[in-house]
Amino acid sequence: MSKTITIDPITRLEGHGKITIILDDKGDVERAFFQIPELRGFEAFCVGRPAEDMPQITSRICGVCPSAHHMAGTKALDSLFKVEPTPTAKTIRELFYNLFMFEDHTIHFYYLGGPDFIVGPDAPAGKRNILGVIEKVGVDVAKQVITIRKRCRDIMAEIGGKTIHPVLGLPGGVAKRVSVETRDTIKTFAADAIEFAKFTLQAFDDIVLKNKDYVDLILSDTYYHQTYYMGMVDENNKVNFYDGKIRIVDPEGNPIELFAPDEYADIFAEHVEDWSYIKFPYLRKIGWKGFIDGVNSGLVRVAPLARLNAADGMATPFAQQEYERMYATVGGKPCHNTLAYHWARLIEILYAAERIKELVDSEELSSPDTRNMNLLTPKEGIGIVEAPRGTLIHHYESDERGVLTGVNLMVATLFNSAPICMSVEKAAKKLIKGGNVNDGLLNMVEMAFRAYDPCFSCATHSIMGEMPLNISFQDRYGKKLGSMKRDSYGKETASWK
Amino acid sequence: MAKPKVAFYWCASCGGCGETVVDLADKILDVVAAVDIILWPIAMDFKYKDIRAMEDGSIAVSFINGAVRTEEQKEIAELLRKKSGLVVAFGSCSSLGGIPALANLTSKKKIFERSYLKSPTVVNPEGVVPKTKSKVDGYELALPEFYESVYKLNDVIDVDYYLPGCPPTPDLIVNAVNAILEGKLPPKGAILSPDKSLCNSCDRNESKPEDVAISEIKRVIDVEIDPEKCFLAQGIICMGPATRDGCGASCINGNMPCTGCFGPTDSCKDQGAKMIGTLGAILEGDEEETIDKALDGLVDPAGTFYRYGLSASMLGSARKEEEDE
Ligand code: SF4
Ligand code: SF4
Repeated sequence: MSKTITIDPITRLEGHGKITIILDDKGDVERAFFQIPELRGFEAFCVGRPAEDMPQITSRICGVCPSAHHMAGTKALDSLFKVEPTPTAKTIRELFYNLFMFEDHTIHFYYLGGPDFIVGPDAPAGKRNILGVIEKVGVDVAKQVITIRKRCRDIMAEIGGKTIHPVLGLPGGVAKRVSVETRDTIKTFAADAIEFAKFTLQAFDDIVLKNKDYVDLILSDTYYHQTYYMGMVDENNKVNFYDGKIRIVDPEGNPIELFAPDEYADIFAEHVEDWSYIKFPYLRKIGWKGFIDGVNSGLVRVAPLARLNAADGMATPFAQQEYERMYATVGGKPCHNTLAYHWARLIEILYAAERIKELVDSEELSSPDTRNMNLLTPKEGIGIVEAPRGTLIHHYESDERGVLTGVNLMVATLFNSAPICMSVEKAAKKLIKGGNVNDGLLNMVEMAFRAYDPCFSCATHSIMGEMPLNISFQDRYGKKLGSMKRDSYGKETASWK
Repeated sequence: MAKPKVAFYWCASCGGCGETVVDLADKILDVVAAVDIILWPIAMDFKYKDIRAMEDGSIAVSFINGAVRTEEQKEIAELLRKKSGLVVAFGSCSSLGGIPALANLTSKKKIFERSYLKSPTVVNPEGVVPKTKSKVDGYELALPEFYESVYKLNDVIDVDYYLPGCPPTPDLIVNAVNAILEGKLPPKGAILSPDKSLCNSCDRNESKPEDVAISEIKRVIDVEIDPEKCFLAQGIICMGPATRDGCGASCINGNMPCTGCFGPTDSCKDQGAKMIGTLGAILEGDEEETIDKALDGLVDPAGTFYRYGLSASMLGSARKEEEDE
């Protein structure tokens, strides 16, 4: 009999993700759907608001990555008011942004995705969490993680007023200058942050890369998809989170696009399905081909591994070394192994730390010249940054006073939503045969989407442990056949009718 | 003695209220030592039953963040109310509607149109929009209904205390938990942050105008912001006078005006009305014309005065009544 398996994280309540796996009559996996059961309507209710309020309003799209929306919004304002930020403003923004990337990626590794590896994918569910990590790496390391994150966030609050929902962004600049004292604090922090990033990569080396089983898992077909990749690059085609052009490479790794933010709507189109509130972006010139990978599919992946695949390298020396080492290990570029997202994320932590150091050493940082006041009549503006979870696009249209008349937002999880669907489907296919579902499914499936660090598994939801899941088995008429559950402490129970 | 049970639960929120709990950093260990966190996060489908099985009132306190926008959220809020001694509305969304309540200024129809039909990137010749029930290859998929309005927590359940802020600060959270543990609680209905206006703890208060002082309202994009002087004295709207203290004047420290996320003080209740009064007192001119001109810089009154409070304001409730009818 046909069955439907629904994996419904608790977070559906506040709008994250829901996965439905459909089995065929033999009990093998036929399709998987990744649904976003929520829509908040920012694009509609931002109409009528003054453009300059957008960086603060849109940061409320996500309290875990508010800085990404804040910065994409701020850059959209530059473009809307046709104003070039001062060199000091650019430096402050990019510095702030790299602080954010550093702490956000760090929490993912130690609290979320990392536990699968640090503690082990097959460790008891109750240990695959931050507490398990502490047990494995020791309390001292845990304290180090908490401390470095707190220091980072304190600096962000000093620059941006608040860490959660910052206020620094203005068209053409930032609201506040960086004092000499703050600069010194950041200097000390930067040196420690680089050491911390190296330490983290070393830990990944010792725990994951020296374990053949893990390496096999990373390289296995279960977590493999050939797709297009996208990321922002600087003028040398190296990864940049804050500014540059957007580069797309095909599944062979050949660059096929290098575009400025205002061309995004020529490159991408979005497909609507009636079963999800999320839309599915695809390359316009290829067209919507459905949930398939390969060169004939218009799907493009984003986030750490995609950024590394789309670029020619890292702009800082230590990160570049690690970049080369990663590709040598996984067998060249591009890397299609979804679990390598974790590794790429750590390389990005190191890059962020090194970039912070570069920026704090630059002359402009503490200059009072934080704003270019020369705004022109607004009409349309587009801003793009690389959020931790991938390319993020804000697009505003306004009347001549700068009151918004149109808003279009393309967020990172949007780009990855179809690929996440495929990844889950593939992992499920490898695991579920003849209708046999076991506990391992939960974690295997979770690992398939957790690698992307999608918003729905954000730190705040999983800090106490596993993301609670409810898998229910239904026939096609919606009749419940049984269920499997796991609570936030990792306790699993199953019941059958 | 058993440790008191504490639940954290979220409705429609951005996750920032959860993140601020993470920002307790090492202090979280003290909290964990003193209480037994039974839900964090709550996984409704399986804990539902467990919570139902609990004795009424057996959870010492439930902290609920996020606005209420679905039937499910309403049901859980009701359940937690029954099982909890105390319910604390956590953050602006839960207390007042928050940023998501700005949606109360538009409609579900417009939201759908803009997202799925009229966006510059959408290609949708058949006009497909998400449905609560859909069929793909013969299989049924479900989505929760999208509500017309956004509600604050006390629209659906009785609330004992409020922790204001978008998000509340870690310090306020620690104070609230301690007050509960020590039984040193203020009267029911209290907002757990000092009942005075933000201006009281603002470094720029000295330069705040008492009297007619400005001839026009200016937007932050139009002026260089003086990092020392009261925003109002610079002609920039700062919600400080109408906003409750407790955040440590964070935005002001970032050299930007307060947008009012801590909500009103006890004495003013309606934050927007209070702010309009304050502006009236300091704006020059009483001729209609001069006032109109002075207000040129105020392009979005509803979004400025009720940025976080549309579920609580008279503006927002008009919409809700329409829906209830
Ligand atoms: S109005 Fe704003 S800047 Fe002025 S004293 Fe009050 S909080 Fe401070
Ligand atoms: S200054 Fe105002 S808007 Fe900013 S955190 Fe404080 S209360 Fe909220």
